[in-house]
Amino acid sequence: MKILVCVTSVPDTTTKIAFTDNNTRLNKAGVTFITGPYDDYALARAVELKEKTGASVTVLNVGEADTEPVIRKCLAIGADDAIRVNAEPTDAYFVAEQIAAIAQETSYDLILMGRESIDYNGGQVHGIVGEMLGIPSISPVMLLDIEGDTAQITREIEGGKESLEAKLPLVLGCQEPIAEWKIPNMRGIMTARTKPLKVVEPTGTDKLTTVDSYELPAPRGAVKMIPAEEAETLIQLLHNEAKVI
Amino acid sequence: MSVLIFAELDEGKIKKSSLEAIFYGAKVAEMTGTSATAIIAGPADDAELASAGRFGATKVLHATDPKLTEPNGMAYATVVAAAVQQEGSKVIVLAKSSLADAMTARLAGKLKAGLAANVIELPDLSNGFLVKTSIYTGKAFAHNELKADIKILAIRKNTITPEEKDGTAPVETFTPALNEADFAISVKNTEKSSGDILLPEADLVVSAGRGLKGPENWGIVEDLANALQAATACSKPVSDLDWRPHSEHVGQTGIKVSPNLYIACGISGAIQHLAGVNSSKVIVVINKDADAPFFKSADYGIVGDVFDILPRLTEAVKAL
Ligand SMILES: Cc1cc2nc3c(=O)[nH]c(=O)nc-3n(C[C@H](O)[C@H](O)[C@H](O)COP(=O)(O)OP(=O)(O)OC[C@H]3O[C@@H](n4cnc5c(N)ncnc54)[C@H](O)[C@@H]3O)c2cc1C
Ligand SMILES: Cc1cc2nc3c(=O)[nH]c(=O)nc-3n(C[C@H](O)[C@H](O)[C@H](O)COP(=O)(O)OP(=O)(O)OC[C@H]3O[C@@H](n4cnc5c(N)ncnc54)[C@H](O)[C@@H]3O)c2cc1C
Repeated sequence: MKILVCVTSVPDTTTKIAFTDNNTRLNKAGVTFITGPYDDYALARAVELKEKTGASVTVLNVGEADTEPVIRKCLAIGADDAIRVNAEPTDAYFVAEQIAAIAQETSYDLILMGRESIDYNGGQVHGIVGEMLGIPSISPVMLLDIEGDTAQITREIEGGKESLEAKLPLVLGCQEPIAEWKIPNMRGIMTARTKPLKVVEPTGTDKLTTVDSYELPAPRGAVKMIPAEEAETLIQLLHNEAKVI
Repeated sequence: MSVLIFAELDEGKIKKSSLEAIFYGAKVAEMTGTSATAIIAGPADDAELASAGRFGATKVLHATDPKLTEPNGMAYATVVAAAVQQEGSKVIVLAKSSLADAMTARLAGKLKAGLAANVIELPDLSNGFLVKTSIYTGKAFAHNELKADIKILAIRKNTITPEEKDGTAPVETFTPALNEADFAISVKNTEKSSGDILLPEADLVVSAGRGLKGPENWGIVEDLANALQAATACSKPVSDLDWRPHSEHVGQTGIKVSPNLYIACGISGAIQHLAGVNSSKVIVVINKDADAPFFKSADYGIVGDVFDILPRLTEAVKAL
């Protein structure tokens, strides 16, 4: 079985977001980049499937050279090889086109992604790739088991979940509790250095969306504290002042 | 040409978030000098469908094929793409949801559409087609220019306040050709709590964290939620520990909510939790630790013990 895991390189979840160049670029000074937390779930499950069934795991990122530390970390966690499409990933359709092009070259049985990126929170790339390849896409996936060419899947729906069965190949957007996040060990880090990382140039150049500028939310006003012994007045304030109940 | 709105049903009723999308779509139609058509798939009676007119739809296309009874993102995308073609639509509007996400992505792939997710305002048409979206899980906004011929706007809850007017929309049965491949996934079992207020749809949310000490203590959270007719939510450790179902987990790696009111009980306010809730209109924090970081992001705060405060708030709500 061949598994392709698509990962983003995104600011750490604790990052205080700021912009530069007249609010047209993310200020990367002091920002630590990590694999998207949902992509980490996808990778962890892929590595488990590799350990269980001997699948091969390829990691794919569409990004510029500065994403390589994140890719190396995925190799350290257990992926066998990696591909980087050398382009700024500034549009979901464009990114999906790159992933679909790679997937068309090698036929993967499973393409695992995160449920959504934590920078643009689109939650779209898996579905677009599925459409481009003409195969089913399912998200958000909470449990995944493979038996032969059939996948047993639990997907979250609003207010609950459903169990699904589908034939490979599939594109899946993953979330917890599909697997536990994995931390690379020393041996993994050492071997990752020599695992193949292929860099390819992008195909197609269509950017269907661009960002003109960014903005930070206005800070919330000062908090109004209510003494515990008068807690009931909160309900009056929500009713009469904030008018939300 | 028309603006096309994809509206979802929940147990035969148009979802509240979809009514917001219809109203938003009708506004965009007004701005661009066209009309607003809603496309709805699945079983619902004509009176319910026609009520889309009260929110500005001038026509409703009803996809009635029994194969569409169960929500199916891929099949719905085929239906919506056919409607786009029939209506000559250039702008498609929908409310963000798990079904809408699945549908939208397939649709964008089919139509090569420019897609903006988490739209939070009406578009700015003064110079091109600009939309403001929420990015970095609510930590920032982007002004996106949509350059493709066909544009899809997935709006976040509370983007616009729908105004109802009199009127109904004519309902036309819509029977496009379906694609067998869209039904390749078989649903074996669905577990869904029925009757409860769906968290992503809720105007009011009562959320609790590890400060509640254990699942056996959730009664006081549910009592307050019931009194307010609010949905319940929780922090990540609470769902990790299986105290509450995963579908209640909010934050960076959970559901993102933007209700009118978010009440956080015994939650410390980690940045990853805030990321999923900070676009709520009003935030109330109840925590026994006066230094809990959540107070910095709150509108109202009470330093106190949830086991004392919550039952008193429930009584105060009942007395309103
Ligand atoms: C400088 C810069 C500017 C950007 N500007 C924009 C912008 O203007 N508009 C915009 O939409 N996005 C922008 N992003 C790109 C964003 O990081 C995404 O890569 C891409 O747009 C898809 O976003 P999404 O939220 O739709 O992804 P989602 O659909 O939420 O992602 C789902 C999954 O798809 C996979 N995936 C997504 N992106 C990649 C990738 N690059 N490589 C490999 N797998 C991936 C991951 O598994 C991810 O979990 C920008 C990124 C950078 C670095
Ligand atoms: C990559 C990543 C992603 C994450 N994603 C999420 C996410 O999506 N959502 C999320 O919630 N977290 C997320 N987290 C975890 C987050 O960092 C915090 O650990 C978590 O939010 C803490 O949950 P909590 O507030 O319930 O628990 P705690 O931090 O333990 O806080 C409990 C609070 O309860 C208060 N308390 C205790 N007893 C009482 C009482 N009797 N009365 C009143 N108050 C009381 C305490 O003072 C304390 O402030 C993520 C972390 C990482 C690293």
